[in-house]
Amino acid sequence: MSPYLTSLLAIVKREALRFIHQRERFIAALVRPLVWLLVFAAGFRAALGLSIIPPYQTYITYETYIVPGLCGMILLFNGMQSSLSLVYDREMGSMKLLLTSPLPRWWLLFCKLVGSTAISVLQVYTFLAIAAAFGITMPLFGYLTALPALVVAGIMLGALGLLLSSFIKQLENFAGVMNFVIFPMFFLSSALYPLWKMAESSVLLYTICAVNPFTHAVELIRFALYLSFNGSALGWVILATLVFTLAALWGYNPARSGAGKRG
Amino acid sequence: MSGLKVSDLSYSYGPKRALDKISFEVEAGHFCALLGPNGAGKSTLFGLLTRLLSATDGTIEIAGYDLAHAPRAALAKLGIVFQQTTLDLDLSVHQNLSYFAALHGLSGRDAAMRIDSSLERLSMRERAYEKARALNGGHRRRAEIARALIHDPAVLLLDEPTVGLDAAARHAITGHVHALADEGTTILWATHLTDEIRPSDDLIILHQARILERGTAQDICGDAPLQDKFLALTAQSA
Repeated sequence: MSPYLTSLLAIVKREALRFIHQRERFIAALVRPLVWLLVFAAGFRAALGLSIIPPYQTYITYETYIVPGLCGMILLFNGMQSSLSLVYDREMGSMKLLLTSPLPRWWLLFCKLVGSTAISVLQVYTFLAIAAAFGITMPLFGYLTALPALVVAGIMLGALGLLLSSFIKQLENFAGVMNFVIFPMFFLSSALYPLWKMAESSVLLYTICAVNPFTHAVELIRFALYLSFNGSALGWVILATLVFTLAALWGYNPARSGAGKRG
Repeated sequence: MSGLKVSDLSYSYGPKRALDKISFEVEAGHFCALLGPNGAGKSTLFGLLTRLLSATDGTIEIAGYDLAHAPRAALAKLGIVFQQTTLDLDLSVHQNLSYFAALHGLSGRDAAMRIDSSLERLSMRERAYEKARALNGGHRRRAEIARALIHDPAVLLLDEPTVGLDAAARHAITGHVHALADEGTTILWATHLTDEIRPSDDLIILHQARILERGTAQDICGDAPLQDKFLALTAQSA
């Protein structure tokens, strides 16, 4: 087997084993979007009227509207969680093992991304299954066409996590960054409300939402779930992935001495 | 085959000089102890040798490969035991070693045979399927040394590997690593404990970013105990 494939399988397996050992993380990751779906959405259903906007062809309930956004939420939280685990790995020393492997560093970091994305996508499908059990369903074939969109969005958010982890030196600094990244990204997006509604309130906020890569990740998933393709969302997501990945590789460059430890 | 060669290596953290133009060579199959008090620059040197830090001045050659120009070939020849444990405590010893083997591109029967043989060398085979968390400090260290040998490195770096271990475990690990040198592996062993060094070992005394002495331990301290000589040398230059 090629050394590249061998290392990819090993890193993905390790991420999976780590995930299995942290069952409470899996439950927490599911409870969060389910609370939004079953409690928050039920309360806001009456307050927020939705018009028919693409990709929807009929009126939809608010619960149906926020499902793609909550899929994005799972990917976002998981991307940040894996970033946290990278900072932890660095503090605990196991990151050194990865960074001193003779395989190219970009490949090893890419393997980490693939591993965390695989776990995220698994969680999204579990969430979609529970939502379906509560009667919130998508077109049947949409569950399949959403897969590439979830993978691309997961890699983008994982790359963002990787980027953050390369600059965060200590675990204690992590909570603050999470608050400054997760919440603005989630609320300044189309996850909970369509952007035309935001435009009615504030053009500035609308503009911020429109350039937020998370908005495009959510729209990519939303369209894919309804068997439609959103080319501009895909373009934005790919562009953001490239920017985050290149910046993360720069962050993990030994010349920056970010990966080492003073002694 | 050449072992480890360091030439004119310098490194600074901002204005603070951590290493100042140090040069030394460890011949293939030699056990070289790197002795220095805390803050001497040992961990910085290990950071540079393992490419976790990037040297701005000087060169490092590992088994003939220049670390700056051929990093992957050089790292493939290098085994590393870090000061801080890097085992995944939730995984078994075997799972930890398999993960490491894969990071070096080794898989299947080849990896399994290498893992068995490394564990055997460190007398750890019967503990292969125990969780790392269940091992005591000495056995965890031995598992890490076994792991560092899977890819058959020409040079093995150990950064204060006996920190926190009791006397018996320290003695056993020092013995195992000396045996590896006898079998042809080049060893660089960083420590601040003089009793881990044998008279015939190569010795480098590092202090305040510079090399104070180089030679065999016997040559450096003559009939005097190494501990006394080390304290006298580091006190003089302080």
